[in-house]
Amino acid sequence: MTKQILDGGQALVKCLENEGVEFMFGISGGAAIPIFDAVVTTKTNIKLVLTRHEQGAAHIADGYARATGKAGVALVTSGPGATNTITGILTAHMDSVPLIVLCGQAISPMLGKDAFQEADIFGMTMPVVKHSYLVKNTNDIPRVIREAFKIATTGRPGPVLIDLPKDVTAGPCTADLLSALDLPGYKVPEAPDSRIILQIAEALAKSERPVILAGHGALIADAAAPLRALAEKLRAPVMTTLLGKGAFPETHELSLGWPGMHGTAYANKALCECDLILNIGSRFDDRILGQPARFCRDAVRIHCDIDRSEIGKMIEPHIACVADARLTVEALLEHVAPLKTEAWLRRLAGYKKKYPLKYRKTGSLKMQHVIEEMYKLTGGRAIVTADVGQHQMWAAQFYRTDEPNKFLTSGGAGTMGFGLPAAIGAQFGFPDACVVCFTGDGGFQMTNQELSTAVLHKLPIKVIVLNNHYLGMVRQWQELFYDDRKSGVDLEGNPDFAKLAEAFGAKGFNIRRQGDLRRVLQKALDYNDGPCVINVEVEKTDNVFPMVPAGRPLEDMLIEPPKYKMDKPTGST
Amino acid sequence: MTTQRFVSGDDIHSLSAYVANKPGVLARIAQVFARRGFNIDSLVVSPGGTGDFSRMTITAKGNPEGLQQVIEQVGKLVDVLHCFDHTGQDVVVRELALVKLAVTPSERTEVLQVAAHFGAKTVDLTEESLTLMITGQSDKLDAMLGLATKWPLIELVRTGKVIMARGAAVT
Repeated sequence: MTKQILDGGQALVKCLENEGVEFMFGISGGAAIPIFDAVVTTKTNIKLVLTRHEQGAAHIADGYARATGKAGVALVTSGPGATNTITGILTAHMDSVPLIVLCGQAISPMLGKDAFQEADIFGMTMPVVKHSYLVKNTNDIPRVIREAFKIATTGRPGPVLIDLPKDVTAGPCTADLLSALDLPGYKVPEAPDSRIILQIAEALAKSERPVILAGHGALIADAAAPLRALAEKLRAPVMTTLLGKGAFPETHELSLGWPGMHGTAYANKALCECDLILNIGSRFDDRILGQPARFCRDAVRIHCDIDRSEIGKMIEPHIACVADARLTVEALLEHVAPLKTEAWLRRLAGYKKKYPLKYRKTGSLKMQHVIEEMYKLTGGRAIVTADVGQHQMWAAQFYRTDEPNKFLTSGGAGTMGFGLPAAIGAQFGFPDACVVCFTGDGGFQMTNQELSTAVLHKLPIKVIVLNNHYLGMVRQWQELFYDDRKSGVDLEGNPDFAKLAEAFGAKGFNIRRQGDLRRVLQKALDYNDGPCVINVEVEKTDNVFPMVPAGRPLEDMLIEPPKYKMDKPTGST
Repeated sequence: MTTQRFVSGDDIHSLSAYVANKPGVLARIAQVFARRGFNIDSLVVSPGGTGDFSRMTITAKGNPEGLQQVIEQVGKLVDVLHCFDHTGQDVVVRELALVKLAVTPSERTEVLQVAAHFGAKTVDLTEESLTLMITGQSDKLDAMLGLATKWPLIELVRTGKVIMARGAAVT
């Protein structure tokens, strides 16, 4: 009997199986039919999850990837199906998430001829992918898939887009499914240079006021355990970035929480007063720096990053180490000795006491209160996704994260609408975990159609809509810097979110009073037959503090609402 | 028309990149420059030693700090094997220009004198026009163009610089 020849779509599915893919999230369409057909004809174990919008598919795959550390796969059709993923690709690109986007495409003889549902997605996504392919030959599929996963998941991860013309997925594939990779230009830094490790150790030995800044890179490299050992050995305080939350336990006595625009006062004070900063896997994002020229100006700056192009991009380091974060931290551990940081830690403890994260529980219900209550009820062990805006900052402040990959949020891109689909992806990755999505009334309305996806798969996600009837972060800026001229921020006309949830077949709850908070949240936590949406009516005009106005140095951080009129900020958004 | 716009300035950087010869490579590289507001002044792309790889020589204007970022970001593209900045280095630099001038038979002698001085060759000649080919370093081309455009310039094509490291070093 002759071996049956696979078609391109079938070869594709087989190759995805070889890469260990568990789920594909997406929406079908004409140009992608051969791929969707192959899901059936190959009888694959890969579960195809039909989403309700391609942006949702991309974010779900992204959330799955962030939670599990594995590549997430989105599968969409050509034209609008493909363009709808672009926001998701940008989101993954900015936050270094391994995302594979498979797009159907018009048949190759029609490329560039304005075929029905043709879009040059290869060209359109070029600035926001780590790499991309337009496959012109069916026999290239196995090599391309292997390369794509290698590129997406190694080094600094990122999205890889694969554009698959319909004739290519329909045609016969005779190539070896384990075709060799052809990536002569792709180099991944691995172990650090031992001389640089010694230099860093030497600099650390001279430091009296060190801080460690751990970013997403520390999580990606699985460096949390050695990082903790390093901090404890050095007796050095650690701050984690918004995306690095969980790289070091936030309940640890050496933790300073997260720094930057809305970070803790004590983390920012530590950055202003340290004599050494050891950055492990953070790209010195502008949200952290305040004014780049003033940032850690008098400190010894050490930047460890696997991406060489990040060195000196924002901050010129004294010592740069381009290598894997875990290997870097492990190498450092062998060469450092405890530092005399007692006085420094005492000073920082003083700041923690003087400037704690706080809010008033009196008056109307505060978002912070809801988040803190959820933190207590879940014992801080939930996988949390946060959408974008005020609630995101408060979620990061009040839901402390002790373990890796448990706080998922769109940091770099600031993509509203990310929270719900990311939670769906996380729940697919960890079916037994408690997944909580904190979202706002603005962001929730951008992707809430994915409730259908969650209902269909009975995912017990807790979607907490912190409803202030405003696009709150912009309103905050307008209040502080634009004489409170509200423009385009009033979300008048919001639907009844609890009823909306019920219409989707999800469970809906409402919380309007503090007295109901704990009881209703507990009811939501006890409901596990599918998703629930908890609409919480919160204080409408609360503002997030601390705050470093964009473009101002960290020294100018506002701990409380300013009593004077503020100038318009000069930094970006 | 003056030659000023064709003359190299001090803030021009010369880069070389060795890249996989695949569709989209040029667009990816061009995008890194464009995103930072760098203008590519000249660009030469051709197959390298084997057909699998291409050599690019790029000259671009911009501030040096930004350029370093551009080089790093080009270097990290998956299809780029390496990207080097050769600005200020002692490298072999060559450029070729074709210059078509409106020259009447009575003016030819003077044009050919200028051409001879720069080692330029006549590659096309008609009753109304004369086309010169000149090769050399860019400033030599600039110098000849400065003199030759005394006659009406019909058109000018410059290849842009190609560079190669001296000795056994790799470009």
